Amino acid sequence: MNINTENKEKYTVIGLEGEVDLSCSPDARDSILSVLEENKNLLVDLAKVSYIDSSGVASLVEGYQTAKKQLLKFGLVGVSDAAMSVLKLARLDQVFPIFDSLEDYEKESN
Amino acid sequence: MSMEVLFEIRFPAKAERLCSIRDLVKRTAEVAGCGSELSDRIVLAVNEACMNVIQHAYQDDELGEIMLEMLNNDGRLHFRVVDYAKPIDLTSVKPRELDDLRPGGLGTYFINEIMDECDMGHLEEGKGNYLEMIKKIS
Repeated sequence: MNINTENKEKYTVIGLEGEVDLSCSPDARDSILSVLEENKNLLVDLAKVSYIDSSGVASLVEGYQTAKKQLLKFGLVGVSDAAMSVLKLARLDQVFPIFDSLEDYEKESN
Repeated sequence: MSMEVLFEIRFPAKAERLCSIRDLVKRTAEVAGCGSELSDRIVLAVNEACMNVIQHAYQDDELGEIMLEMLNNDGRLHFRVVDYAKPIDLTSVKPRELDDLRPGGLGTYFINEIMDECDMGHLEEGKGNYLEMIKKIS
């Protein structure tokens, strides 16, 4: 799994790439929580995720809950079919704010 | 009725090994006649079962070993995941309610959702634990 972080003016984007499983989900969790610790709104880009297991999903849930407590924005963007299938199985597609693109997020947040 | 052993593999209880196990299960499920979507679901369930062993039975002790067996019994895929850790408290293994939004606890829910039958137990003489899962594919 690769993790790419991009700082925008009003938010940060963490892009996860590849297989997000138990061997690397702690890294994803650390990246997500470190952005939120800096009090930044966060979007997690899942467009290039080819597989995600419950440990990866748990990192997203923790990020979502941490952001909520800190009154920060948290969302998922460009969710791949593989990741969406797992989110739907857990019915988390109804919980996370999900955006097709960064442009969609920016339109909705303005 | 015919029972065909598709594979039996033993591997170290390490998270880094799960990727190759997923590849093996996916390829074998597809050869057994599962479509891509069903194969992906099966892979997710088997991965979660192995993860549970790594995290909960062995508690991340990488010296542990997992045995995974996959069989085809006339259109019913059988999976048997065996560990040699201390017997776990079987009553503690239960899926969480989906409304209970918290990190973790989803693995058992995924297994129960995806598989048609599941059975857990202890090996004889407290030598470990097993999880048997069955998925009907035809």
